[in-house]
Amino acid sequence: MMNNGAILFFGILLTLASSFWGLLLAPQLQIGRAQPVVLEGTGEIYPSPRPGLAQQGADVYRAQGCAECHTRQVRQTGVNFDLWLADAGTNTAALAATMNRLNIADPAKLIAQAPVKLLGGLNIAQASSLAGQLTNDESKAQAVLVTLGPDIQRGWGKRATVTQDYLYDHPVQLGSLRVGPDLANYGTRAVPALLALQHLYAPQSTMPKSMMPPYRYLFSKRKLVEGEKPRAGALPANVEPGYEVTPRPEAEALLAYLMSLKADAPLAEAPVPAPPVKVAPPAPAPAP
Amino acid sequence: MTSPSSPLPAETGASDAACSVDGRATAAEVDASCRWPLLLLFTSGVCWLVFGTVLALIAAIKLHKGDFLADTSWLTLGRIRPASMNSFLYGFASQVGMGVLLWMMCRLGHVRLFFQWPVMVAWKLWNIGVTVGVLAILLGGSTGFEWLEMPRYAAGILFAAYAMVGVCAVATFTMRRVCEVYPSQWYLLAALFWFPWIYSAANYLLVLDPVRGTMQAAVNAWFAGNFAGLWLTPLGLAGVFYFLPRLTGQSLHSRELAAFGFWTLAFFTNFSGLTGLIGGPVPRWMPAVSTAATVCLLVAVVSNGLNWYLTCRAGCTSGQSNSWKTDSIFGFVRLGALAYLVHGVVSAVMSIPQVAAVTNFTYATVARNNLLLHGFIGMVLFGCLYYIIPRLVQVKWPNEKWIRVHLLCSLVGVALLFLGLGLGGVLQGFKLARPSVPFMDVVRGTVPFVGFSTLGVLLLLAGQLAFVANLAGLLRAFLTPICQSICGECCGGVPAAKAGAKS
Repeated sequence: MMNNGAILFFGILLTLASSFWGLLLAPQLQIGRAQPVVLEGTGEIYPSPRPGLAQQGADVYRAQGCAECHTRQVRQTGVNFDLWLADAGTNTAALAATMNRLNIADPAKLIAQAPVKLLGGLNIAQASSLAGQLTNDESKAQAVLVTLGPDIQRGWGKRATVTQDYLYDHPVQLGSLRVGPDLANYGTRAVPALLALQHLYAPQSTMPKSMMPPYRYLFSKRKLVEGEKPRAGALPANVEPGYEVTPRPEAEALLAYLMSLKADAPLAEAPVPAPPVKVAPPAPAPAP
Repeated sequence: MTSPSSPLPAETGASDAACSVDGRATAAEVDASCRWPLLLLFTSGVCWLVFGTVLALIAAIKLHKGDFLADTSWLTLGRIRPASMNSFLYGFASQVGMGVLLWMMCRLGHVRLFFQWPVMVAWKLWNIGVTVGVLAILLGGSTGFEWLEMPRYAAGILFAAYAMVGVCAVATFTMRRVCEVYPSQWYLLAALFWFPWIYSAANYLLVLDPVRGTMQAAVNAWFAGNFAGLWLTPLGLAGVFYFLPRLTGQSLHSRELAAFGFWTLAFFTNFSGLTGLIGGPVPRWMPAVSTAATVCLLVAVVSNGLNWYLTCRAGCTSGQSNSWKTDSIFGFVRLGALAYLVHGVVSAVMSIPQVAAVTNFTYATVARNNLLLHGFIGMVLFGCLYYIIPRLVQVKWPNEKWIRVHLLCSLVGVALLFLGLGLGGVLQGFKLARPSVPFMDVVRGTVPFVGFSTLGVLLLLAGQLAFVANLAGLLRAFLTPICQSICGECCGGVPAAKAGAKS
């Protein structure tokens, strides 16, 4: 059999065909046709296409090979639940008695601080059972989702990134090496634009231990005459004393792209932790 | 059951047309027919390798000193890393691999290479394609997909060039004059069909008519995994299956075991590419399938390893001369085979989700790739080159000592790359998993290990230069008489030179 060219040929084709169906066609049917969804609560459509400048920036990101050192994905290892007292109501005595019964320390102080986290690290059954016991006519307790994982604890995102987050990207560059931090949520970190640009121009000036190479070729540099000040939009004078350093269009576009990186929309498959806030507590966080 | 099967299979009594003994080419005839096309493929392949290694060295230096060559856009880290990788994958490994493939198809089929001109045209096209592609990456035209960075126009040229080689190789296979199809031929034939499929499918689904969202990441991972596992690996395995029996003077221990290894590899490798997406934004079952396949692939790794080991052991106990043990070519092939086995085990371990949670996104994955590319593929291909080239040109290597130097440099270089980056990557992964360690400390902690890898790259480069020097000497010895005779013919030289040119 192993001397027959035709049998070899069909075996060779069949084996690869198996993964062609199994790993390409099957996922294509599952996630390849995903469409933008309407977010519950806000009614926004997610994701929406990037604005033009950010779209150009995606091209700069690709061309410079940023993905060689930066990932754009947040891994989540699991979830657990916190028990929150959203609203203490007025019948605090009854509430304190229940809390005492449930071995929650210092009820009076906690009730005064509401909304406040009472317990952590629970599973959904424990958390909702406790929440039920603590909810009476006026007081309101709820189970609040907590996403887990080192990526999330490092502040790289509030939840795992999912297929939905990348619908409008081409190429999708998830990255495979973290020499630099993850960028999936760079846009949510509220980095001032000039500081971000300065980091591109001279990374070690904003982050002394950074391993990032400088991208000076994305900027133009002009010598200032004696006493002249750099114009608005230029990098701070101390970055390159005596020179005016202004971002080229590529740098502006890259910045717009980085600022557009936000994978924080609450999705059914990737809920975002939403602890209750004072005054108007929102609806309970959706169960996973 | 063990059946005798030598690298040059014996005649059998079947009446298959392919078994006809008529017109069998001798080894010398095969080598002579392969001479020019293969010399072209091999020399340009090695040039790409050196080029790629120099780029890798620059990239490694940049990881120590970010300011190094930072003002030139085409030398930025994010461009020279893929350019270096593509030079290696397409310029060196694929090109030299295709040459070795053609040679083995001819040798094992006892048939001359009838397609010298098409292969030489393909050689030209392939190198144009790689040049265009690598330049495009350096100029910012990368597609952004790992191992598929070359833009569509370069990919088109490569595909056309490959198609010519592929047709020639398959035709050579069908013209074989030997009944028994040797295990090396299974792997070569499979690679011949697998490569165009994965390459065209990936280019279509990622570049020409892109799929949506993270399907792109899945296709990319499928492609990269299969490029390594179903194109480069079969080429390397064909080399090991050819040279271990040939150099030890033994027949392969078991053809059945080899067949078992072949089909298990063919089936499981397919599904094994997505382990890099563990924890990533794709449905969980996809990387899970890859984990299962990578672990199952150990079956193929173990059966191949066992087959090779028993073959070599038979060589040791056969009472014949054991001089092959110290042979440099055997050294290359053996180290390559060892790297393949270690890579199989390491991949299986790193595909377990709990391990991948630590090692993914770290230098450990880079270390694993280096073990496969420089350890397995690079070593085996160099073993092939050291064996084949002198036979093509009928000139001995001018300096045997440099072959030893090359072997030693490669061994230490690959060890430094693998162990340095592997250890650094695992530490990096453990620190990344502890949010209390600031990210900058995580990254700074990898610097000493990157230093080891830089040293490793430097050693690889030294070894490659030893090869280049040796090759230059060999080619000079081969080409000088030819040039002289051509000059003699043009300028009306002595008749003796004319006779030399015609012979």
